Amino acid sequence: MADTAVLAAQVPAVEGKVRPGDAAVAARLDALKLPQGGFTRAAREDAAQRLQAMGLPGARDEYWRYTDPAAFNAARPAPVEFSADSSTLFTGIERLNIVFVDGRFDATASDALEAEGLEIDSLAAVEGAADHWAVGVYGQLEAAGQIPVKRPFATLNTLAAPEGVLIRVTGKPSRPVHITYRRSAADADVYLHHVVKLEDGAELTLLETGAIGARSNVVLEADLGKGARFHHISAKRANDPKLGLGHIFARVADEALFKSFSLSVNGRLMRNESVIDIAGNDAVAHIAAAVLGDGDIGAFHHDDTVFVTHAAERCESRQVYKKVLKNGAEGIFQGKILVKPGAQKTDGYQISQGLLLDEGSQFLAKPELEIYADDVKCSHGSTTGALDETALFYLRSRGVPKQRAVVLLVLSFLADALDEIDDHRLRDDILGRLEDWLTERAGNPSKA
Amino acid sequence: MLEIKNLHVKLEDEDKQILKGVDLTVPAGEVHAIMGPNGSGKSTLSYVLSGRDGYEVTEGEATLNGEALLEMEPEERASAGLFLAFQYPVEIPGVGNMTFLRTAVNAQRKSRGEEELSAADFLKLIREKARTLKIDAEMLKRPVNVGFSGGEKKRNEILQMAMLEPRMCILDETDSGLDVDAMRLVAEGVNALRSPDRAFLVITHYQRLLDHIKPDVVHIMADGRIVRSGGPELALEVEENGYGDLLAEVG
Repeated sequence: MADTAVLAAQVPAVEGKVRPGDAAVAARLDALKLPQGGFTRAAREDAAQRLQAMGLPGARDEYWRYTDPAAFNAARPAPVEFSADSSTLFTGIERLNIVFVDGRFDATASDALEAEGLEIDSLAAVEGAADHWAVGVYGQLEAAGQIPVKRPFATLNTLAAPEGVLIRVTGKPSRPVHITYRRSAADADVYLHHVVKLEDGAELTLLETGAIGARSNVVLEADLGKGARFHHISAKRANDPKLGLGHIFARVADEALFKSFSLSVNGRLMRNESVIDIAGNDAVAHIAAAVLGDGDIGAFHHDDTVFVTHAAERCESRQVYKKVLKNGAEGIFQGKILVKPGAQKTDGYQISQGLLLDEGSQFLAKPELEIYADDVKCSHGSTTGALDETALFYLRSRGVPKQRAVVLLVLSFLADALDEIDDHRLRDDILGRLEDWLTERAGNPSKA
Repeated sequence: MLEIKNLHVKLEDEDKQILKGVDLTVPAGEVHAIMGPNGSGKSTLSYVLSGRDGYEVTEGEATLNGEALLEMEPEERASAGLFLAFQYPVEIPGVGNMTFLRTAVNAQRKSRGEEELSAADFLKLIREKARTLKIDAEMLKRPVNVGFSGGEKKRNEILQMAMLEPRMCILDETDSGLDVDAMRLVAEGVNALRSPDRAFLVITHYQRLLDHIKPDVVHIMADGRIVRSGGPELALEVEENGYGDLLAEVG
């Protein structure tokens, strides 16, 4: 068993050094109860050393130039008021439910963790085990994803996360796995570390919904075997006044398909990083996000940072990011496609678009391509604009009231991102939720 | 039906007068055509009547069945019975044609105090109208105008017109981008909608559309005014001699 003091002792030994993040690292760890890692011990010790070496990011960190990390560096989150759970997303779809309350697995609210083609454990329940299949993934993809850019909050998560779900997929389960987050404490500071391993030819749809905590730090490591297919859909609860950090690290093998879609509707300060390593030939990775921020509810700052590495031949990647911003909301997109030498016939595509519904909001984008192969097709584009006045007039000229026309055009703007959801039931569920929210915000309950 | 008196319009952003005193009356049951060279103000007239932003009415008025049209929002004009078939219909990805049409039909019904159509009634109605206009059911499932050919877009405009049943229909250069067969199909759709309590204002460059949609009156517009009005033979005269002689005639 790892000793808390052993882990912690490796990190705060920074006195005398001048890096601004060091004191913050110590403060963060002081505020955490570090897990007594069994099979994760080596990974946690490695993370402790790496975190010590990299420190926490500061405002001058290039990778954080658009988002101030101070709120994530603080020892504790400020308590926030929140409303009772009301999420009904995906409830009409048969699925295996896993519930976390304030970051702790709730066995009584969850379904039995068993299904054909799946092995599922809660991380805390098996933490003390000397061995587990997840040992080859836990912290490994995260560590690999630190090159060439440092992602210290993900490392902090590997070091400190007490809970998560570990899913090994060996077949093609007939229903999705649905992780639902709930919370009961106003100051919940939640660390979750999920691991998904899909064996060759396996398939899984993983859903995440709900309100995680006042502040959350969630890491998902997904390791896809040859020909595996993994769909990940995340939709956090609307209007939840949270600080959220999310990291996805994926390794995609030959002929495998990785698809991830996230929906964010208001919040406060969020940063999602996706680090995708396309390691096998003929593999496909699509990541997409639909984001809506209305500063009318409170300060809204949403940062998506993506790094896709093509390291094999004939692979395809797509990044589709759409952000609708209003009343001083801020949307950020940093996206990179790196094509390594030898990754011939790569097809890489990246689009990020901001729709500003007024003049007070802003969308900042930093698209990048770095290519070391000569037979590739890569493109990127980024646009920021207002609603199309001609389209708005077209709808109104048919009798559609202005507010309703705006809702339809916002949904139209988001369509490319939503189209990345293959399962139409899930897509329609999200679309319906978005439409309800937009209609409610537009002050027009009539949906005709 | 539609009455326009001394309408003067300038662009909102620049000091450029486009319409310089348009007088026009289109009674119920009649089809009027407006022809004229590029830049004469034909499309501006259609936009101003349907309420598009960017124009400032400096003088004059327009009424639809006695109601002051220019004071209404675009959606109010639509509910009052005005319809503009666009020269370039807008593509709206992600919004299904059916969803859009049902929203529009029910919004108009609601604003007129009528009961909204149920999903089943709407479906029955749209299938019937689409069949008449030879519109494939698959086209109804697609996003509004996305991936439609020029002909499909114009047929979709006529389908909207058929579903919304307006009293005053303005067709803004509906013939542009259509081959002969598509134009005939569109014209058949328009002709099927002709009725004693409905009026049409057909804006066109060429006579050929008027071979299929027989107008009662043809107006020639130039430099922001109606400079001449007459019967269908006026369109033939334009076809034969161009606008040069006509405009020289009126000075």
